[in-house]
Formats: sequence, C-alpha cells, structure tokens
Amino acid sequence: MNSAALVLRYFSASLRSQLQYPGSAIMLGIGAFLTTIIDMLAAWALFDRFGQVQGWGLGHIAVFYGVVSTSFALTDFFTRGFDVFGNEFVKTGAFDRILLRPRSPALQLVGYEFRLSRFGRLAQALLVLFVGAAVVGVDWTPDKALLLVWTITGGVALFTGLLVLQASFAFWTTESLEVFNVLTYGGIQAAQFPLSLYAGWFRNFLIFVVPLGCVAYYPVLAILGQPDPLGAPDWWLPTAPAMGFLFLAISFLAWRLGIARYTSTGS
Amino acid sequence: MPQILVEDLAKTYRVAERDPGLLGAVKGLVHRRHRTVEALRNVSFSLEAGELLGFIGPNGAGKSTTIKILSGILKPDSGTVVVNGLVPFADRIAHVSRIGVVFGQRTQLWWDLPVSEGFDLLADIYRVEPARYRANRDELVALLRLDRVLDQPVRQLSLGQRMRAEIAAALLHEPDILFLDEPTIGLDAPSKLAVREVVRRLNRERGVTVLLTTHDMHDIEALAQRVIVIGHGQVLADSPFETLRANVLAERRLIIDFAHEAPDLDIPGVEVRSRKGQTLELAFDPARTPTPTLIAAIAATHEVVDIHVGEPAIEEVIARFYDLHGAGEG
Repeated sequence: MNSAALVLRYFSASLRSQLQYPGSAIMLGIGAFLTTIIDMLAAWALFDRFGQVQGWGLGHIAVFYGVVSTSFALTDFFTRGFDVFGNEFVKTGAFDRILLRPRSPALQLVGYEFRLSRFGRLAQALLVLFVGAAVVGVDWTPDKALLLVWTITGGVALFTGLLVLQASFAFWTTESLEVFNVLTYGGIQAAQFPLSLYAGWFRNFLIFVVPLGCVAYYPVLAILGQPDPLGAPDWWLPTAPAMGFLFLAISFLAWRLGIARYTSTGS
Repeated sequence: MPQILVEDLAKTYRVAERDPGLLGAVKGLVHRRHRTVEALRNVSFSLEAGELLGFIGPNGAGKSTTIKILSGILKPDSGTVVVNGLVPFADRIAHVSRIGVVFGQRTQLWWDLPVSEGFDLLADIYRVEPARYRANRDELVALLRLDRVLDQPVRQLSLGQRMRAEIAAALLHEPDILFLDEPTIGLDAPSKLAVREVVRRLNRERGVTVLLTTHDMHDIEALAQRVIVIGHGQVLADSPFETLRANVLAERRLIIDFAHEAPDLDIPGVEVRSRKGQTLELAFDPARTPTPTLIAAIAATHEVVDIHVGEPAIEEVIARFYDLHGAGEG
C-alpha cells in the first residue's frame, strides 16, 4: 500500500475511534467554531470604532484572517502527532515503536490522529473568508480561485513546518514546547492584519523568519486586486506562498537532525 | 554467517545531571553537568536461525540497549552488528520489515480500535499481501486463542489477552526474528503459561528465532535453550541453560530445626546462611561435603527435630552470580 493510501487508512481508523464518543467530537467542533468567532468579534469592535485603518476595512481583515485561519484549520486536522510529540512520543519512548515500523516516522505521525473536531474551526474560517470577500466585492474568477487554493496550500505547508519544527525541538528538550503556540495561534492573530500596519522589524520577521506574510498578506493583495502599499513587485504577490514550502523543507532538515540525535542517544 | 552477529559492541550515554528543585532547574539551564554511563562495552555474541536465546541481567545491565541496537532504534558507538545480513540502524526500514518486537510494557495496537482493525492496519503498514495476511492472521488467531477478543477494543482486554494480541500483532508480517522484552511482566499464572507455550510453538513449529529478555527465571527455565547473562554492559556468561543450571545449582541448602537454640557450627566448606531461634540454614557443595556425611555429623552432636535439603532459588543464584562479577544494580 502506498503512503497516500496508508494515510487515508490511518485517518479512517482514527475517525472510527473518535466516533466511539460521537458527542465529544461534535461538542468540541461546536466549541472550536464559537471560540474562533470571538477572534472576529474583536476585530469587528476595533473597526466599528475606527472605521478604516490606512484604507483597510473590516472586510479586508476578514479575508486576511479567513485565508490564514483556513490554512491553520486544515493543518490542525493532521498534525496532532507533531503537536504532542514531546510528551507523547519522546518522553514515553513511544517513538521507539514508530522506528520499529517500516514506514517514515513523519508519515506515521500524520496518521496518529485525524482531528474531527477541527471542522468547527474550518467552517468558521471559510465563513469569515467568503463573507469578507463578498463585503469587499471580490469577483471569484477561475484564476483568483486557483490563487486562493495555492495560497492556502502554502499556508498549510508553513503551519506544518512550524509543527514539525516544534516536534524536532522535542528531541532535545523531551517536552512539547508550548512556546510554539505563540507562533501558530499568535501568527494567525498577526497575519489577520495587513503587513503594512506593522513596524519594520516585525514585518521582516513575518516575511523572512516565519513567513506568515507570504501565505496571507501578499497573495491576498493579489486576490483583492490591490498593489502592495509598501511597493513589492506585482509578480511577487502570487509567488510568495512558495515561501511556505521553503519553510517546510527547512523544518524537515531539523527533523532529520532530531531523529539522528534520537538514534544516537536513545532518549 | 549467523543470523545475528554482534561483535565488540560499545555504547555510552551522556546523562545530564541537575540538582533537585527549581534552583537546580535554573542552574541546569546555565551550566549542565554530564555524567557518562557505559551501557555496553565489548559485547559479542552470535545467534543462528531458529535459536531461542534468553537474555538476563539486572536493570541497567545493558539488555534494553542491546535490544534497541539489534532492532535498529539505536546506533552503537563502535562495534559490528549484522542481522539477516543487514546493519539495523543503517537499513532501518528493510531491517524492521523482517523482525517482530514485543515490549511487555507498551502496546503496539490502537487503544480504542478493535483488535481485528489494529491487525488490518498493521498489515497495511507492513505491506503484507492480502491473501497471505488473511491466512497468517487466521493461523495466529487460532494459535493464540484470540477469536473471542477480535471484535473488542484493545482497552477492554485483560493484560493476558492483550499480551497474546501483542504477540500476534508482532508476527503478522512473518518476521524471521522475534524480540520479546519482558513478555510476561505483570501477567497472572495462566497467562504466563499461555505466552510461554506460544513462544515455544512459534520457535519449534515456525522456526522463528527468539531473543527474550526477562526477570522471570521460570520463563528462562521453560523456554531458553541458551542463556546470556549480562551485567555492567558485559557478557558475563553465554552457555546452554543446562550448563548454567549445573554450575549455579551445584550448591545445596540444609535447613535444620533443633530442639534447642541453634548452635554456632563451624564446619569447613559449609557456610552458615542464617541462624534464627532454633533454625539454622547452611549452604554447601555436595561434591566436597556429601549430604549424608554432613547430616550425620550434625545429628551426632546435637538434638535435631527436622531436616530439609533444598536448592537455592535460581533468582538468588543469579543475584550471587552478579555479586561475584561485581555487576549488581546501579
């Protein structure tokens, strides 16, 4: 069985074990939907008071937020294994079992759990995205729809990279590092506002270190049909999501180093 | 070439030490002290296909490290390890397809899934061809008497049932070698017997090579043709079980109840193991001090109520064996 088919087999097994407690999965999903709605309420309160900020309105914010939050919700479905990697695998020695199976460790961690409850977050993110797009009048031509898919794919790559990096650190710390939540959850908060609002150093951080701006701000400008107020060239706007894949590739280098360390120290 | 070849295997760990408490944790961030632990030094042995080897030693002696290196989880610092013609840590994926590993303390099945679904998933993970998988699974289910638990989620199984399911799970891909790490730990007596019976049959009927670590000497007695005693990261003994037994069981015990307070005896070649109230326990080598002679000598000078001749428990003998080699715990 090839890797893609095996991942689906893992997911179907994971769904069946979660459906042993269907009430729990449904309640968690509704809870995720409601708590993430609060993100938008905060932005709404802000813009209700100030109207527009540097020409950006609530509709724009909703599109930025919706894109990055959709990417994260999709990532969250299949990265649970990386999220809990330190505590559940390194500390307990369960990673030994992963190494005893003739498949790549990353693939087995993806198969660890398919989080059904994430539908709540995904539904909220898509709702915000398309309502926001309607408010600012985005015309969904095929090329814009395609650009949206590409942007979200880049976002999934970036968030997956963050979780792989978080898991890689666990080879050294043996704990799951909660500090990474600053980059994932905090990143969503930061990326919902246009990069042009931020101070230079923070903008550079979101472009060059953790390139959240490249999987939200730049491509969304192209979707909105607006030039970058900071003067990035037009060709760059739809190209930027590729940075997500670069980040993912670098994260996997750290992951490989981590595994090499694990097999030479056994802890 | 033997199926498992291990030569001059060495492995040291660097263990970070820190003082207890919050202050210790903070100090540990700034300055880490490390202690080097020699887990293995110059371990060599080989195993032919179809052997059943028992691996015994106290905690920290190097058993787990050896199993981890043999199964490809851990890379040795130096030395040679070849299993089925492969170097485990270098050819991990090819290697692990041909071995089965059961850790007594950890499950390899899915807690919330029925046993049969866990088996199906493992067959896909190991790329077992469907027809072979079905035949193999049915055979294992019959051998391990699992038919009644197949539809139950793993979390509902008793420990004994779970261990039988674990062994089946480790064999679905028809490995040539089975590593069993403490397979009977925590099991009740009937489950222990069932596990031993299964391991014996797998070894005899299917020719599976078995490498077993255990603290339970009855496992070794019931199963192992050959025993390796490991302590302080070194092989202390590598011999057929009968040889080990003959060496360590040469000693006899004599427990005597006297009609009066137990006397302080001083007989050459006889060791007083304990003297409590009216009871005395002696240890001696019957080859040098024949049992009847010893009994006659004591009965001639003291009023004896009862005499019991016994053998030391094998656990105790192994423990003394470690003392002899300075290879106790820690």
